[in-house]
Amino acid sequence: MADEPKEKQTPPVPAGEKPASSPSPASTPPAKTDAAAAPAAPKQAAPAPSRAPVSLQTPLNNELVARMRAKFGAAILEAIEDRKQAILVVECARLAEIAKHLRDQEEFDLLSDLTAVDWPKREKRFDVLLNLYSFEKNERLRVKVHATDGEQVPSSVGVWPTANWLEREVFDMFGIVFSGHPDLRRILLPDGWQGYPLRKDYDIIQQDTVWVKENLGIESGQ
Amino acid sequence: MAGTTITDNGEKQRTLLGADELILNMGPQHPSTHGVLRVKLKLDGERVIGSECMIGYLHRGVEKIAEHRSYQQFAPYVDRMDYVAAVSNGLGYCEAIEKLLVVEAPPRAKVIRTILTELQRIASHLLWLGTHALDIGALTPIFYCFREREEILKIFEKYCGARLTTHAFRIGGLQYEAYDTLEKDVERFCKAFEPRVAEYEELLTQNRIWLGRTKGVGILKAADAIALGATGPVLRASGVKWDIRKAMPYAAYDQYKFEIPTGKTGDTYDRYLVRMEEMRQSRLICLQAIENIPTGPIMAKVGKVLKPPPGEVYHSIEAPKGELGYYVISDGTVQPYRVRIRPPSFVNLESFDSIVKGHLVADVVAIIGTLDIVLGEVDR
Repeated sequence: MADEPKEKQTPPVPAGEKPASSPSPASTPPAKTDAAAAPAAPKQAAPAPSRAPVSLQTPLNNELVARMRAKFGAAILEAIEDRKQAILVVECARLAEIAKHLRDQEEFDLLSDLTAVDWPKREKRFDVLLNLYSFEKNERLRVKVHATDGEQVPSSVGVWPTANWLEREVFDMFGIVFSGHPDLRRILLPDGWQGYPLRKDYDIIQQDTVWVKENLGIESGQ
Repeated sequence: MAGTTITDNGEKQRTLLGADELILNMGPQHPSTHGVLRVKLKLDGERVIGSECMIGYLHRGVEKIAEHRSYQQFAPYVDRMDYVAAVSNGLGYCEAIEKLLVVEAPPRAKVIRTILTELQRIASHLLWLGTHALDIGALTPIFYCFREREEILKIFEKYCGARLTTHAFRIGGLQYEAYDTLEKDVERFCKAFEPRVAEYEELLTQNRIWLGRTKGVGILKAADAIALGATGPVLRASGVKWDIRKAMPYAAYDQYKFEIPTGKTGDTYDRYLVRMEEMRQSRLICLQAIENIPTGPIMAKVGKVLKPPPGEVYHSIEAPKGELGYYVISDGTVQPYRVRIRPPSFVNLESFDSIVKGHLVADVVAIIGTLDIVLGEVDR
């Protein structure tokens, strides 16, 4: 995944059957915190040195990152490059401010996508990420924040109105609350739906057995 | 005027209707909604003063399914999102996973992919044109459009055996070699297609009723289009010259010459003209591509079991409806950790409310049509 380089997994071409000692996805330690602790050191995000260098993720250090660090200092937690795509991990509480800056000063005028990822074993289990695009520079940037369950993420609707539905979908699927969203309701699922389907602990089979029992009065065959 | 806003228990705001106002539900079974879209319209007489789209009727949890399938197993599912442009969906997915694996499809595969994807764009636009014209009251175009679309579907059928949910591409290239007469078939179609586009234009472009129903209807200004995240023909009709095929070329698009048509006012008529021109441009791309299909393998070296190195990738293509993006995270196992699909229809539909305000009920139909949404993709 994004932030924690996994053990081995030899790069490019997938190694056929060979179970490349692939680590379980969950083994991600909550290492985000040390990145937060080391403020402006530009390279602090380097993969944990003890492990064999793994992933295709390298620290990113371009002009944009330098400018962002100069402006926001410790709020820029990490800057990574993965398969030539720029990722900026920022502090959750300052997201709205950073988003506005990115739109107005750095010309990232299009919010392509806004979504979330669940990492249940991590202390801050959610990633909320914004895929930005700049027409001027023809460049993409992914802005990421980490959030605990129940933590409110600042809404980006004021910066990019398109975030309205996208944040509603994230709320619908992950239960992440966006503070300052004008109309945070479920969008794809019915209002009375229980649970948040895209969380990793939302089991599809369990959902089915419960439904079958309730509605058909029999044990599910699954 | 808007209704009064009262506070209910200090939490929920409920808007009451004014004396002249009326709520009208359109859909989910209304034929002009192209599927199962329900629009709640707030009307003042015939005039729309507010709207809300209720979506999700076709939600199948595609992103959740992805987490429970291997990379290859999930590929056919993406065809079922935008089911009138399945080839484009498949291209985006395969390329995203290739990026994640850090492999590249061989040149021959790329060119064949490009040809099929451009044919698919034409087919998708034809379906749009036919149904859009039908919604507005022009009965003839749909018969013409389906006639040409059938030719394209026949090419797909000859290529991979399927017409709609084709699953034409594989991660790493193609499964099937191009059939013997593919180039000839595509050429024959392209030759015949040019006068056909002129024929559609003859029916509509100068038609007084068509002009009356589309000019000045549903204006979306460039700044609003960008703020609302609109992409594809909707964005280009507003005057923003942005096409991912040019901006960040994928497949074999960097080898071909084509124009990006744009509009000026961003109304329904401009979106119509942009899509018409796009069909012509797609035809040109196909003609250029069949002239020189490189020889060589059609499949890159990828294993039977795909285990992309851990990491994440976002890849987007210019689907017929706009930017179709795939954001995929690998944890090094055979199943994706997360697949996020950025659907163009979903985001384009978001601008519906802002452009429908002030129009008449009859225009609602035109505006839904002009956004060119497919509910399978909106709801996923």
